[in-house]
Amino acid sequence: MSGAIATSAVAAGRVLQRSAVRCSRPQFLRLRAQNPARSFSLSSRVLEKKYTEDHEWVDFTPGDKIATIGISEYAAKALGDVVFVELPSIDLEVTKGESIGAVESVKSASDILTPISGTVTEINNVLEDKPAAINNSPEADGWFAKITINDPAELEELMDEGAYKKFTEEASE
Amino acid sequence: MSALRANARAVRSIERTLATGRYNQRAFATALPRIQSSQRLSRPVFTTSNGQAVTIRPVQRRMKSSNAEPAPPFFTEAEPGKTALYDLHLQHGGKMVPFGGFSMPVQYSDLSVGESHHWTREKASIFDVGHMVQYHIEGPGAEDFLESITPSGVRDLAPGQSTLSALLLPQTGGISDDCIITRLEAGPKPLFYLVTNAGCRDKDYAYLSQAIASFDGASNPEANIRHVEADGQPYGLIALQGPLAAEILEANLAKDCKVDFKTWYFGNAKTITLALPSGESLPVVASRGGYTGEDGFELSIHPSQTVEVTGHLLTSAGKDKLRLAGLGARDSLRLEAGMCLYGHDLNDTTTPVEAALAWIIPKSRRADAKFPGAEKILAQLKPVSKGGEGVSRRRVGLVIEGAPAREGVEIVDAEGNVIGTVTSGCPSPSLKKNIAMGYVKDGLHKAGTELGVKIRGKTRKATVTKMPFLPAKYVKPQTEP
Repeated sequence: MSGAIATSAVAAGRVLQRSAVRCSRPQFLRLRAQNPARSFSLSSRVLEKKYTEDHEWVDFTPGDKIATIGISEYAAKALGDVVFVELPSIDLEVTKGESIGAVESVKSASDILTPISGTVTEINNVLEDKPAAINNSPEADGWFAKITINDPAELEELMDEGAYKKFTEEASE
Repeated sequence: MSALRANARAVRSIERTLATGRYNQRAFATALPRIQSSQRLSRPVFTTSNGQAVTIRPVQRRMKSSNAEPAPPFFTEAEPGKTALYDLHLQHGGKMVPFGGFSMPVQYSDLSVGESHHWTREKASIFDVGHMVQYHIEGPGAEDFLESITPSGVRDLAPGQSTLSALLLPQTGGISDDCIITRLEAGPKPLFYLVTNAGCRDKDYAYLSQAIASFDGASNPEANIRHVEADGQPYGLIALQGPLAAEILEANLAKDCKVDFKTWYFGNAKTITLALPSGESLPVVASRGGYTGEDGFELSIHPSQTVEVTGHLLTSAGKDKLRLAGLGARDSLRLEAGMCLYGHDLNDTTTPVEAALAWIIPKSRRADAKFPGAEKILAQLKPVSKGGEGVSRRRVGLVIEGAPAREGVEIVDAEGNVIGTVTSGCPSPSLKKNIAMGYVKDGLHKAGTELGVKIRGKTRKATVTKMPFLPAKYVKPQTEP
């Protein structure tokens, strides 16, 4: 058993390393989801995912400068069918907590507050034509924007997956 | 915890009702030609005597009494009201939100808001509207009283006929609440059925108490107002809406209740008798109409039977035809139908003329000019060009490109000057366009006028559009060619 785990971890590691170079981010995230086994040697390459109290997520590889942001599965579910997404413009300089766009469903409009400060370098144009991608895959294909971050230390104030899960459970009570 | 207590109370109330055989079919045979004997015997909440809130016992006469009726329960966000269907909502995965002082379902777990919207337009949905306030107004002075507070032609309503109306404020002619008035009975002691908004419960109570006190002071004929209730519980109110509504209701009629649905037109109420699963039959007041633009009915149901009737309609029609729908779908449906939501599209400061609701004031009432704020409203009805006062703003429909405009969004003209505000707006699930209503400066209200709305700093194109956005599907008499 332990051998099998080690093998799959190594395989996953190879896939992940390759994917980091060749895959699109959504593909990368799918691959990562398929290969949850992580070995020690990989830990420094693994993305760190953090969440805000406003239900945005930010994915960031330590050492990199670019982070990906989006809205959480919990938020997407609470919003209902997303029918319109307002994206920020590229090169926009943003400050943590500032509204940089919006997600609208039939019943409500929600601002997207950026979890980190920096400069918008890429936006997910797919959402303009297919806003439903936010419902289908809020934490992968439905990503919102990529931001070149100013200060990685800002991420430390955010919740990790476990803390966020607890936070949403408390909010639902 | 309080839910459990309320439930126990409801159970006891049902037991009492069953024990007294209130819904024994035979017992109702005599009551059928009339409205609902149990409704008529419910306690009046207040009456005309000296402006005091007074209880009148089933003996139908005005009495001076120190037995003051306490005001009806007013709910707060911390202690929200619950309708008879509260537990049913939870059983169906209702996501409860505060609305009009009540805890009401915004949607259910089986359908998203958009899906529920389409379901209602294609099949049928039941909405719990039991949070709304139902009154009976009766007595020889009922017509005069209603005409003293609204601009409607109450006198001219035929039995069963209903009209959209408004409780108006003196002098300003502002809309204190919008409401539906239905005549249930004609004759020397007419009976009317009034339904008002849950969110206006407190202020309507104050308004009506004050109005009936001053009405009495003018030595008018007697009029009494009472909540439509039994055993201290309000009657349930559900809206069955959608193209399959008539078919579903017809399938649930008691054997001896014959109704021609082809000639039962929009805006008319009937007392019908429903077959209950227990084999008993139950008379309910059913009004053909609703708040979706679809064909449908609003059913006023005895409090002990509201859960049973709703559950039975759902089960007998089945999941392929009928679902529960919440406030989310209700809002997008009514907006497509161009209907106002009080507290958003209407408030104390808007007059019927500004709100594009002048059609609720018939010629006869314009002639008598005896409703609150008549002077102001009649002056507004006459444009400035004809020596009148006109209005400075008007309610219009808007179709917006790009982002949906929500309540509070500024409306601007071509030069970017703010000329109005959006009061309701959403992406329309049926039209796949962003629709909204709001108030714009008079003169910019004509259909086709191109304006802008400022959403998150960006100005989006907004075109003034006739309402309803989606044609209504009411059953109406065929007009002769």
